[in-house]
Amino acid sequence: MTAESIQKIPKNLRRRKITNSVMISLCVVAGIITILPLIYIFFYTTQSGLSALNADFFTQLPKPVGEVGGGMANAIVGSIILIGIGGLMGIPVGILAGIYISEYSKNIFATIVKFTTDVLSGVPSIVVGIFAYGVIVIPMQRFSALAGGFALGILMIPTVTKITEEMLRLVPQSLREASLALGVSRWKTTLRIVLKTASAGIITGVLLAIARAAGETAPLLFTAFGNSFWQTNIDGPMAALPLQIFVYAISPYDDWHRQAWAGAFVLIFLVFIVNLIVRFVTRNKYSGNL
Amino acid sequence: MNEEIIEIDTDLSDESEKDSKVAVQTTDLSVYFDERAAIKNINIKLRKNRVSAIIGPSGCGKSTFLRSLNLMHDMTPKAKVFGEILIHGENISEFNSVDIRKKVGMVFQKPNPFPTMSIYDNVVAGLKLNGMTKKVLLDEIVEKNLIHAGLWNEAKDRLKSPAVSLSGGQQQRLCIARTIAVNPEIILMDEPTSALDPISTAKIEELIYNFKSEYTIVIVTHNMQQAARVSDQTAFFYLGKLIEFSKTRRMFTNPKETLTEEYITGKFG
Repeated sequence: MTAESIQKIPKNLRRRKITNSVMISLCVVAGIITILPLIYIFFYTTQSGLSALNADFFTQLPKPVGEVGGGMANAIVGSIILIGIGGLMGIPVGILAGIYISEYSKNIFATIVKFTTDVLSGVPSIVVGIFAYGVIVIPMQRFSALAGGFALGILMIPTVTKITEEMLRLVPQSLREASLALGVSRWKTTLRIVLKTASAGIITGVLLAIARAAGETAPLLFTAFGNSFWQTNIDGPMAALPLQIFVYAISPYDDWHRQAWAGAFVLIFLVFIVNLIVRFVTRNKYSGNL
Repeated sequence: MNEEIIEIDTDLSDESEKDSKVAVQTTDLSVYFDERAAIKNINIKLRKNRVSAIIGPSGCGKSTFLRSLNLMHDMTPKAKVFGEILIHGENISEFNSVDIRKKVGMVFQKPNPFPTMSIYDNVVAGLKLNGMTKKVLLDEIVEKNLIHAGLWNEAKDRLKSPAVSLSGGQQQRLCIARTIAVNPEIILMDEPTSALDPISTAKIEELIYNFKSEYTIVIVTHNMQQAARVSDQTAFFYLGKLIEFSKTRRMFTNPKETLTEEYITGKFG
């Protein structure tokens, strides 16, 4: 081998190495950009919210303008009720629709359901709010937690459907066949084998849907409406954390701004807790292989 | 339609085949996927308490034939099954597919234990999913079937561990235990050892041999030595047709058809 030919290899190699490191750097930068907002949000809400956070915040009602103190007890409870109503409606419908598309489809109706789900997930949440206003608030002639929960439920459906369908498709066909070959009926196979195998992934999707719904403000503006007083009757207007945060944040009062931060902190924390609890309750030492 | 039912010829037999009953009989069995025929007009009689091997090159319809015997094609909307299948003289189309599958068990090519279940739960999965909950009874069934499948000594101390923690060969024996736990009369095996190492393969083949007294076994295999080792009768499929069906010993020493001879001597396939 001549000296010339030996030199040629590093030249080409150097170019390839540079290209390689440039591409890797770009990926790393993109990765950093992805995590920065979350870290920033987390620290900023913690920092600004913690100062306004005290026992009163969780136990007291909002105070009128001018009076310092008060809390968002009604909004915290309201949010939990609203998400509960939304979840009761959206999660079962979403999971069953996902099962239908994945396990029993192969016809035109399933294709329509699938397409509709995709479109629905793209519908702006305020439009869903208007829809709930139209079908529940107007006929009932009042704002209500029911209407708010209904709007949140509709927003949950596409997320839950999509993730259920995708997770079920990941379950190997051989497991379905193994179960059927044992003389287990189709619906039991779907429920006890397929759904169970995919449960870890589906739970993640459900949590995602709950977290999304918990932070939604727009669909509640003219459904749950908000309330400054205790209200646990689902037939009447109800306070919700995002609504309260919205009202407080656009107000001109410093004390309310602090409370809005505290509210944002509590909202993030609640979502986090729900995540932990559900994961703990549904943990399964055999799953996690999907 | 023009073919006769190919019955095992008895001229070479050292035991009377006529004494044993027919476990599976098909008449003009054809399976189509869309418009393409995977198997055409299969007429065959498989004897009770015998191991029947089905051999043939890839895509010849071996698995398609096997899967039609426990109505697995019901699950594929594109598949259409024509003809008659009699199991112990009864037409299976007159029964619920769930009941047929309890009588006709199946072991698959790749070990497929349920990943969300323990070893214990896998063995009794078929029973538990169909409503049996009595623990004393289940304990007994687990022990009996694991012993039967030759897995008891390896698994008895870890019955509660995940089934997927077993090795591939152990998983396949677990799948066999799971299959026999529902008390089938016929066991279909779709290349049960093709994903396993030679030692695991030998263990499964031993099981098959021991199972003969209790079950009728139909095994699809790519491995002609395996067919020669474990089976009593062998069927050779080619391009969706049953070319030859006879006693294994005769098939491998003195085949009637030249196609069969060419295949078993390795000239094609």
